[in-house]
Amino acid sequence: MDTKKSMSVSTRVSDPQALSESSAGLLRELVAHLRQNRTQLREEWARRITRAELLTAMTEEEIFAEATAVYDNYVEALETGTFEALQAYSRRLSERIIPRGVETDEVVGIVLLLRDVLARSLFTKYQDNVEKLNRILDSYEPAANRIANTVAVGFVEERERIIRQQQEAIRELSTPVLQVRERLLILPIIGVIDPQRARQLTEQLLRAIRANRAKVVVIDVTGVAAMDSGVANHLVQTVEASRLLGATVIVTGLSPEIAQTLVTIGVDLSEMATVGDLQGGIEEAERLLADRAAPTTQVREIAPESQR
Amino acid sequence: MEVPILRQGQFLIASIQSALTDADLSHLREALIAQVGRSRCRGVIVDVTALDVMDSFAVRTLRDIAHMARLRGAETVIVGIQPDVAFAMVQLGLTLKGVATVLDLEEGLAFLNRRTEERFLETKPRRPSDRG
Repeated sequence: MDTKKSMSVSTRVSDPQALSESSAGLLRELVAHLRQNRTQLREEWARRITRAELLTAMTEEEIFAEATAVYDNYVEALETGTFEALQAYSRRLSERIIPRGVETDEVVGIVLLLRDVLARSLFTKYQDNVEKLNRILDSYEPAANRIANTVAVGFVEERERIIRQQQEAIRELSTPVLQVRERLLILPIIGVIDPQRARQLTEQLLRAIRANRAKVVVIDVTGVAAMDSGVANHLVQTVEASRLLGATVIVTGLSPEIAQTLVTIGVDLSEMATVGDLQGGIEEAERLLADRAAPTTQVREIAPESQR
Repeated sequence: MEVPILRQGQFLIASIQSALTDADLSHLREALIAQVGRSRCRGVIVDVTALDVMDSFAVRTLRDIAHMARLRGAETVIVGIQPDVAFAMVQLGLTLKGVATVLDLEEGLAFLNRRTEERFLETKPRRPSDRG
């Protein structure tokens, strides 16, 4: 059992951390110990993962395979003191397991379990020499904590990346312009409108009006809970821009809160046709379409001040 | 650059082909208003499909054309405003209020046909221009 010195450790001089000679030696001894008992410790760890009912989304073989990889990366990070490889591995691991519903607490849990398993094995090994055990733990604990940190941060970062990606996807999906019948478009807006989305909505709508030769557009804002003055003004601008393309806009589903906002901030509503709900809006639109004689815009009498 | 003014039945069609200077625009306005009376037409279509920029002077000129033509007895409709131009216009507050705008030339002709029919059916003309 006492062959740990014979296991040649190749990175003897490349230790980047300015450890004192003795603690570097202790770490090397520790790594050798972990290498030697790899099979046994790994199995113990996998057993404890199963017992703690972590990673229930994965099969036992998968857990064991991942445990092996994590173990090897763990030992390597302990040995070299560099965390890049472990970081890369935890990112790849997160990519694999997040879609399967593995939660943050499970990932943190298994890394902490590994830390405990290894610490226990150190206790057993050095129980006769408490002074040495303490020194070993002194060099083991900071490194182990950093490893746990690295893996957890890698996992959370991966989740955040996925969330950002999904936000982007939602943003793109969330503005469908639908043609209900010849020359009638519906634009259902759902969720929060930020200025960026409002702009995108308008661009998409104007393009669709041109592409579908729409005469009437129903913008349904039932799914919009709140609207600030910027967005409300943007909506009015959208209505006006649509009119310039020859399309009449009917806005439906304005909530009481939004109605109050619009009036309070003094948005000019005279140009905007509004109907209570989407059904009413479509009925109104069909009336406009059926009544082909109806002018697309109200042509008013000439106001004297409008001349130069 | 001269803007060609075509006659199509009762309507005049001015098709702007490229970016115009302010002088060109003023010239277009004068030519259109003069022709409206000379050819006794009932409608004017200004096609701006080719314009990808419209400044405040252009918008004001278009509005003036519409109002002046109405005084001379013709309805005006602006056709073919590009989506990007439309959005830029409303952001600048240039909304062509009181001026009819439709998608394209075809729509413009249909619009004017409807308008002139309506007028024809009206018993009393209500245009102030009838007096002069």
